[in-house]
Amino acid sequence: MSSYVITIGTLIVIQAIAVCGLNVIVGYAGQISLGHAAFFGIGAYTAAILSTKLGLSFWTALPLVLAISMSIGFLLGLPSIRVREDFLAITTIGINFIVEAVFRYVPFFGGALGIGGIPRIMFFDIRLKGISFFYLCLGFLAVTQLICWWFTRSWASLACYAIREEESAASAMGISPVRFKLLAFVIGTAMAALGGSLYAHYMQFISAGDFSFPVSVMLLSMLVLGGMGTLWGPVVGTVILGILPELFRPLVDYRMLFYTVLLILVIRFQPGGLLGEESAMRRVLDPILRRSKG
Amino acid sequence: MRLFIEQLLNGLAMGSIYALITLGLALVYGIMRILHVAHAAVFTVGAYAGLLLYGLTGSLIVGFLGSMVLCSVLGVLIERFIYYPLMKYPPYVPLIGSIAVMLSLEEVLRLVAGPYILTFPAKLPFPDLTVGGINISSTILAVYAITALVLLVLWYITTRTELGLAMRATSQDIAISGAMGINSHRIISLTFVIGSSIASIAGILVGIYYNQVYPTMGTVPAYKTLALIVVGGLGSVPGAVIASLLLGTAETLLIGYANIPLPRDALAFIAMIGVLMWRSEGLLGSSR
Repeated sequence: MSSYVITIGTLIVIQAIAVCGLNVIVGYAGQISLGHAAFFGIGAYTAAILSTKLGLSFWTALPLVLAISMSIGFLLGLPSIRVREDFLAITTIGINFIVEAVFRYVPFFGGALGIGGIPRIMFFDIRLKGISFFYLCLGFLAVTQLICWWFTRSWASLACYAIREEESAASAMGISPVRFKLLAFVIGTAMAALGGSLYAHYMQFISAGDFSFPVSVMLLSMLVLGGMGTLWGPVVGTVILGILPELFRPLVDYRMLFYTVLLILVIRFQPGGLLGEESAMRRVLDPILRRSKG
Repeated sequence: MRLFIEQLLNGLAMGSIYALITLGLALVYGIMRILHVAHAAVFTVGAYAGLLLYGLTGSLIVGFLGSMVLCSVLGVLIERFIYYPLMKYPPYVPLIGSIAVMLSLEEVLRLVAGPYILTFPAKLPFPDLTVGGINISSTILAVYAITALVLLVLWYITTRTELGLAMRATSQDIAISGAMGINSHRIISLTFVIGSSIASIAGILVGIYYNQVYPTMGTVPAYKTLALIVVGGLGSVPGAVIASLLLGTAETLLIGYANIPLPRDALAFIAMIGVLMWRSEGLLGSSR
């Protein structure tokens, strides 16, 4: 594999981890978040600061990164209790803009210059780069998927589904919306922070622009394209939307137009996502899967 | 003191322009419950169309009218082909569709008109005023006059005509107003016509005010107007106007007098979250 393919692949896998986190928030708990890039950025910046300013290694910093991001996710999830649906979507856009502004204008976070010189990840005295870094990310994606799978089988996910479908009915049944909305927010943030931490160590340089609102839109588009609330939808959506801009590269000027028009067409004709219920692909795949199961 | 009043007048002009853009968004949200982010792209198209027509004919009136017609058609097309078929899905589906429409319209403009900033060297036919030593430029005066006119016409349409009655009925409940013999799809289209023409007026005014027109000029208004309709109470037209005027004034005064490290674009969202924590339905919103 050429290094170009490996770079694209690594970035797609990192984004897939963040999109899985978004799936927990939006797909499982039904909390529309248009500010996921902010959480991705919080993870990346925490990892970058811990490794450059305190000199911690990736592995010692990781629990700290997760803990810090989860508590910030908890705090930023608090507005989600008070506001619903469209209000929540706009509030999360606001959170994204504010977090980006803090990264860009507070000198502690490197200001407009960003943070550079983030060290590579060491794995038993081996500096990970290229294909080995790709495998590390793939491993983390597997862990993330495992947690998602375990979450869908748990009692907590049933509560989340109930809140997603009808919040007042769920709370009448004794499910605390506050508890499970925040739980979903915290889990989703942790996954985004994991992705962000890998991103910081892979790029070795981060700046506020990497975590701006368009990135949130991209992450949500990936999720919606693949199918929200499904296990493999986020990964499929990320791979498709990650590869497409590269395939369109020969079109130079027209590539962004093709990309956005394709997004419109998918949303218009497959609003449930490619792997969502009632989608064309499910209609083809489901009978085959059922037959193979016997 | 003179400087303060001039800043205040500038801020009010800024707020009036915000109000013109936000109006369309509030109308559309009120009637369809859809966050029409692509509205900001309609606004940009309006500025370009106005510039093109002004360049071709040399008449601002032709520029305004032509651009309003074009933007109305564009707004109705977006509604017909994107929003209406997606209305039965959860709100994030049309929202993402809307964002995608906005990005692709920006791309089309970039490809057609070029990525660079164009100038809009038109002068609005208003006098420069000097009252008690305070200069009021013709553009600011024009912004005030046109905003007041638009608000007056909109107030007349929504409260004094049958169309306004039908619009209010449709915004309360589409299904029941349909059962009462209102052609709700036609009303929705007319709402888009009204909102989009107001957006095109705003686009041309912004173009003249800053003397520049460029493909991404809608990006900042796109997200700021979202904050504004939330602060005003989703779908409340008076709320949207008040929130816009407040934000325009507050922004200009804060930038002029208080040294705030954050950019002015983040201020709108900080204000929004503050208001939401205090009143979760916005300033003039009603809890549903």
